[in-house]
Amino acid sequence: MKTKFTILTLLALATLLVFPMIGSTDVLHDPMGREILMKLRIPRVLTAFLAGIALSASGMIFQALFRNPLATPDTLGVSGGAALGAVIWMRFGAPLLFAGVAGASIAGFFGALVTVLLVYGLARVKSGFSSTTLLLAGVAVNLFFSSLILLMQYLSDPGETFRMIRWLMGGFSVVGFTTPIHLAVFTTIGLIIASLLTREMNLLLTGEELAGARGVNVDRTKKMLFFSASLMTGAAVAFCGPIAFVGLMVPHICRQFIGSDHRKLFPAVILFGGAFLVVCDGLARTLLAPVEMPAGLITALLGGPFFLWLLLRKV
Amino acid sequence: MNNAIQIENLALELNGTPILRGVSFSVTEGEYVSIIGPNGAGKTTLLRCLLGMYPHKGSAKIGGTECRSYDSRALARQVSYVPQTHDIEFPLTVYDFVMMGRYPYLSALSPAQKRDDDAVERALQITGTAQFRSRTLRTLSGGERQKVYIAAALAQETPVMLFDEPATFLDWRHQTEVMTLLKKINVECGATILAVNHDLNSAAHWSDRIIALKDGRTLFTGTPQELIQPAPLEELFETAFVRKETLTPASEQ
Repeated sequence: MKTKFTILTLLALATLLVFPMIGSTDVLHDPMGREILMKLRIPRVLTAFLAGIALSASGMIFQALFRNPLATPDTLGVSGGAALGAVIWMRFGAPLLFAGVAGASIAGFFGALVTVLLVYGLARVKSGFSSTTLLLAGVAVNLFFSSLILLMQYLSDPGETFRMIRWLMGGFSVVGFTTPIHLAVFTTIGLIIASLLTREMNLLLTGEELAGARGVNVDRTKKMLFFSASLMTGAAVAFCGPIAFVGLMVPHICRQFIGSDHRKLFPAVILFGGAFLVVCDGLARTLLAPVEMPAGLITALLGGPFFLWLLLRKV
Repeated sequence: MNNAIQIENLALELNGTPILRGVSFSVTEGEYVSIIGPNGAGKTTLLRCLLGMYPHKGSAKIGGTECRSYDSRALARQVSYVPQTHDIEFPLTVYDFVMMGRYPYLSALSPAQKRDDDAVERALQITGTAQFRSRTLRTLSGGERQKVYIAAALAQETPVMLFDEPATFLDWRHQTEVMTLLKKINVECGATILAVNHDLNSAAHWSDRIIALKDGRTLFTGTPQELIQPAPLEELFETAFVRKETLTPASEQ
């Protein structure tokens, strides 16, 4: 187990050190290299790393809450809810109050929280959170939110619409350290809450009834986990767009190597989730260079088949 | 002897439907008591009330204290529970699962101590599941898995243990093993046991006393000998218990 964590830590550090160097400009020799590194590359890699952590940790939390390996911010419609919240904010809220990223992420947080409570309620009506009910509820909610997002785009002027579409593809084109710092604040709060509840997440896997009988304060635990995961999903989506399938793939891959014990799984998901999204973003920047693809495109291309494989393997 | 469990006029409505309408009985320390009754009598709900899961009316005391006035960890040090259904989608090992029984003794930041490892080891030995410790729950048979669930409840080290149909869905061999294990826990570990049981024969064979529930009320409390008579059983299950001697063989018709 120690070796595995050493490898994961080295991997995470390596991505943080190597990927700022990769791109169409050679930052070590170009006269503008230092400027590009400090203003574009490092903030971008940090943003991807933090968004990877936020989405992967949320996925892991949702899987414990719903006791279902297919529960993720994407399949539950939580990313969609966060996106809708952020889009509504971009269209109507931003000019009114403090413009900028923090407002959008708070709107994203509320969008995420409302959605997850809605889907949780829907799945609960039919007893037992079966995968079918959960996924169908998620699909329905996602479709509904997509149409509302389309409506928002329809109501916006062409410039705004283009920005929204570009943002909905998911990416990390940031300038300066404002975005990573904001994202770090939201993510850290979510991570601290979740880190205190790893044992409770283990017990939730065995069912709420049994968790309660073992002494877990189930209602309080669920509220705190809903809050934590919504905060992280909301912020990641508001800053970077709905990067699909990260919350599905990362916890699942980590579970294969680390097991289901959240006291070990949680740190592994943090390290691997960050590294994973940095690598995806690196691929997005270099595969068709000098054209930059949005990282969300890469994760969706990887995640779609992965999700299908997971579905078929379970049967 | 003190009462380990004392229930008086327990009543509960869920979504406007009355489930329990006045249940009263007590279980003394060290006793083994079975609850029987037709489907929908409120047997499982009664166990959940004792776990403090519902805002019930009346009183349900464990160890002399109303169960809902304990905080959740303190209650879990008084009473443990083995539920009827087991569905875990995730690959948990037997050892990790049984260690979850130690939750009420652990705080968020402290790792498991030696006494926790000892309690888990003891529970694995008593239930005969020590050889499965590093296997995942999903790779075990139904009977083996049930013993692991009992081990996790034992690791909780509580004076009172609740079981919801501990031997249903098991083959005859595992039924016998599980029921023997319960009796062993009752006698050798001194745990007070309250078990819901669908099987009349098994309830009569293993328990000191039987409580019969019907429509959310206690219909009968007494020894197995007193209950296993045509009159109380017919009242409880609303069906005539036909005996072979009263039937006319085809050859004589």
